[in-house]
Amino acid sequence: MSGSSFDTSKPSGSFPDTWKKPPFIKNKTLRWLVYLAVILYFAAAFGTMDINWTRAYEGLPRGAEFIASFFPPTMIDSNGVDVSGTIVEGILESIWMAIVATVAGIILSVPIGLGASRNLAPTPVYLFCRGIIASSRTFPEVILAIFAVKLFGFGSFAGLVALSIGTIGFFAKLLAEDIEITAKSPNEAIESTGAGWFQWVNYAIQPQVLPRMIGLSVYRLDINFRESAVVGIVGGGGIGATLKTSFERYDFSISATILLSIIIIVMMLEYSSGYLRKWVQ
Amino acid sequence: MLRLVNVLKRYKTGDVALNNVSLEIPDGQVIALIGPSGAGKSTLIRCVNRLVTPTEGKIFLGDTELTALSSRALRKARRRMGMIFQEYALVERLTVMENVLSGRLGYVGFWASWFRKFPKKDVQEAYRLLDRVGLMDMADKRADELSGGQRQRVGICRALIQNPELLLVDEPTASLDPKTSRQIMRLINELCAERGLAAIINIHDVHLAQMYSQRIVGLKLGELVFDGPPDGLVPDVLTEIYGEEDWEATIEDVDEDDEDVDEDGETEGPRT
Repeated sequence: MSGSSFDTSKPSGSFPDTWKKPPFIKNKTLRWLVYLAVILYFAAAFGTMDINWTRAYEGLPRGAEFIASFFPPTMIDSNGVDVSGTIVEGILESIWMAIVATVAGIILSVPIGLGASRNLAPTPVYLFCRGIIASSRTFPEVILAIFAVKLFGFGSFAGLVALSIGTIGFFAKLLAEDIEITAKSPNEAIESTGAGWFQWVNYAIQPQVLPRMIGLSVYRLDINFRESAVVGIVGGGGIGATLKTSFERYDFSISATILLSIIIIVMMLEYSSGYLRKWVQ
Repeated sequence: MLRLVNVLKRYKTGDVALNNVSLEIPDGQVIALIGPSGAGKSTLIRCVNRLVTPTEGKIFLGDTELTALSSRALRKARRRMGMIFQEYALVERLTVMENVLSGRLGYVGFWASWFRKFPKKDVQEAYRLLDRVGLMDMADKRADELSGGQRQRVGICRALIQNPELLLVDEPTASLDPKTSRQIMRLINELCAERGLAAIINIHDVHLAQMYSQRIVGLKLGELVFDGPPDGLVPDVLTEIYGEEDWEATIEDVDEDDEDVDEDGETEGPRT
């Protein structure tokens, strides 16, 4: 019979009454060396940074003047022409770009995401799909848009391609990671019924990842709309192109109108995505 | 009949989970597999339906050599073996009906399963099984709305709708309270008797193992150390399997206890 009862013979005073959390780096010398290295690095970094405080100070009134020129936001340009039509057109084009890029990107992401999941795909497929994801994530949307404009010329198609590729990098990666953390036991259970691979994905994987994926698609739609303003500036069409034109003509009150509309639309998307996510849970 | 011949499983880490296990289970026999955690009980039943591939040895179900099957043939063979899991292993966001019908996935085509258009007799059988385990009204509920005992009943239906010859049962009661545990064990036992099913039941609770099986097999560190009738589990045998402990209290009079459970057996049914 092994002793399973507590030993009550020791007096309570014989136990230590202080306790400290063990340090993250156990070796004392190494720990202090790491601290020292971090401090030295920051000191050196500050030393080499060339901050011109006088210039920053002198810039303040110029900045205030620039911001003041945004008000009041209008739709009439400096020549007295009403540009509201152009703004609406730009916004509609951006919305259309964002929706098409999100849908196209997600459709392309699903097979790539499945292939990039360690628990689904054999190693060669896994590496190939991870490669696609990594390369699409290497470049931010602006860079992708510059390439796309060079390839397809100015206009919304170039922006659309850039946003779709950006969506693949985002969505496929998160899908793969979500698939990798699905519960093991239902996956085994469906496998042990003799289900085929596609049936297994449909019955075991899909229900576990779908709610999060729906939330993420709305989130990506919102990102794509914002990014459409950026890709427009480098020639990718949409509201970004309108914004760029207004800046170039020094019609800052029109730029203000455009920025406000972008903010309002993003906020609406933000609100509806939160609502939708709650609903699918 | 299920036959394991010199089965050995060595994991990538080098751990030997099963060491030369040979075992024969005739049709319709319910055996309990006992042993301490890490003895290889889970590995053994997972080797049978090849969720785990044995390193050496052969496993036969009837005339089929399970260890030699291609992936297509393996899917067909898996239909003949229903599995019941410790944490129920239901797909929580699917309905109870979908969970039960998923037991037919090995029989229906992809598009039929995608559109949830299962053959009429499968749907009928699913309702019949749900009614048998007292969950007829739960068909449209989502699996995560059910209690532990109810979920395990759905798990049992999913295994049985495969129309298997053999049930592989992995710790069916580990997450359940003592009363529900007994109800589930009794249900599995009755269903095996009704259908003439053989079953391997991994179980930690020695007492339940004695109550609800015809034969007990003991594993220790991947090796078979006991194979005999439930009343052969004397303290010396339990010490051999699990190590030194006071075993007298664990193996009380089994018969008396069985009657005790039958009395409240009538309360078995859905709770909401």
